[in-house]
Amino acid sequence: MRFSDMFASPLLMQIVLRAMVVGVLVSLCCALLGVNLVLRRFSMIGDGLSHVGFGAIALAAVCGLSQWELEFTLPVVIVAAVLILRMSERSHTQGDAAIALLATGAVAVGSLLYNYSPQRNADICNSLFGSASVLTLTDKDLILSLVLSAVVLALFVLCYHKLFAITFDEVFARATGVHTQAYKTLLAILTAVTIVLGMKLMGAIMISGLVVFPAMSAMRLCKSFRGVVLCSGGLAVVCFVAGFFTACRLSWQTGPTVIAVHTLVFVLVSAGSALAASRLLRRKKV
Amino acid sequence: MALIQCRDLSLAYDGRVVESGVSFSVPQGDYLCIVGENGSGKSTLMKALLGLIRPAGGSITFGEGLHQTEIGYLPQQTQIQRDFPASCFEVVLSGRLNRRKGRFFYHKADRDAARRTMDTLGIGDLARRCYHDLSGGQQQRVLLARALCATQKLLLLDEPVAGLDPVVTQELYALIRRLNDEGLTVIMVSHDMTAVAEDAKHVLHLAHKPLFYGNTFDYLHSGVGRRFTGRDGNALF
Ligand SMILES: Nc1ncnc2c1ncn2[C@@H]1O[C@H](COP(=O)(O)OP(=O)(O)O)[C@@H](O)[C@H]1O
Ligand SMILES: [Mg+2]
Repeated sequence: MRFSDMFASPLLMQIVLRAMVVGVLVSLCCALLGVNLVLRRFSMIGDGLSHVGFGAIALAAVCGLSQWELEFTLPVVIVAAVLILRMSERSHTQGDAAIALLATGAVAVGSLLYNYSPQRNADICNSLFGSASVLTLTDKDLILSLVLSAVVLALFVLCYHKLFAITFDEVFARATGVHTQAYKTLLAILTAVTIVLGMKLMGAIMISGLVVFPAMSAMRLCKSFRGVVLCSGGLAVVCFVAGFFTACRLSWQTGPTVIAVHTLVFVLVSAGSALAASRLLRRKKV
Repeated sequence: MALIQCRDLSLAYDGRVVESGVSFSVPQGDYLCIVGENGSGKSTLMKALLGLIRPAGGSITFGEGLHQTEIGYLPQQTQIQRDFPASCFEVVLSGRLNRRKGRFFYHKADRDAARRTMDTLGIGDLARRCYHDLSGGQQQRVLLARALCATQKLLLLDEPVAGLDPVVTQELYALIRRLNDEGLTVIMVSHDMTAVAEDAKHVLHLAHKPLFYGNTFDYLHSGVGRRFTGRDGNALF
């Protein structure tokens, strides 16, 4: 498919547009939730959940539930998210190890299950690195991502101050009467939904990049929590659109291209802030 | 009626008792120091006062209209993330969270109160600075400002001077003393016996159970106090 062809037919255009809207919304949700996860040192949660999602999709495919993939995968990953949260609460090292266990276990089972799928290698490749074509996204994906992003945005706008308090100092937040447990569970569930939604487009291996990269880049650019949240969301949208069009243009896979753009931005921003810091240091010495 | 009254309190983690038989009361305007060796349950007692852990036995009663969520708390240093991207103003403002019942956003009054508190503590010019770029002493002041924003009656300070240099330590003590003089009730965990001797009105010495509870003068002349301070109590006066 050539780039200009995409806009030639209304049907194709609609499909591309749908994929882009889903991608932008998922990127935005990932980035907002990512600020919270990264700062609470839960970066690996996105990675772990996507691997669990991979296992669940494999199971769905083998059981012939491919058209119910979303309905099947969502509850599995949500349960995994809540489990990981509980375990890491009990002890930090155990939580860390629990994510690794769940992730590798699910991938092992998932890839074994794909032995019973007719197009084994293509399926594995698609679920790990994202669909080569954007045709696989359905209206169901679109509606769910609209609902999800509405919930995530509402949470971040209305409960922004509570989220800040919980992320910065959970004990203090609890002491002032915030129901931290409820918020943490909600965040875990929203993360699970976001990951499952994003997996189809981005691939299981790539999706956690959407969670971690924008927050990490934003933290190098901004010094306040508000700044980091806004910047993270903004970067996520810009990088996704840039990556998406590049991928269409060059017929690359969407997931790796978008993450490559994020990586590039991160490297540039890190270099820039390192340079600025060293210049500041030199000016102070003089 | 006292602000806080603890009766025969016992505290436990997963059934393992950390301390028991703790009874004391904190009248309005008091300055209570909690001392004891590491692991003797001081921080645990603080958490129980804040309602973060449920007592395994005994009771904690609040009086004088004090609500449990309206206590200003300065946590022990180890719990706070030192590299968090937040402006000092954001941190201080988060102390007003408990006043926003049923509201989603802060009022101008909240922002003004946060600004005023920072000015009072001499950190008004740090408002826009990033929290993790500050020195240890400045960070403690920011956290103290946050605690002050959360309360009008009672401050709980858990080893507020740990890791600070002597000059900054003295400044922080002077600040806490001033706040206490202005009518704020203070409960402080401290290892610094000079501060205890100079500032505290009452002392609670914990070692999994209370070894001493009473006023500071009696403590310094008691057997426990003399042993713990490692000097003759008389020399202090
Ligand atoms: N979250 C926890 N879970 C289990 N045990 C704990 C926990 N926090 C503290 N303890 C234990 O409780 C005891 C008292 O701890 P703590 O109150 O922090 O002592 P202090 O503040 O006096 O140094 C210690 O033996 C410690 O190991
Ligand atoms: Mg302690």
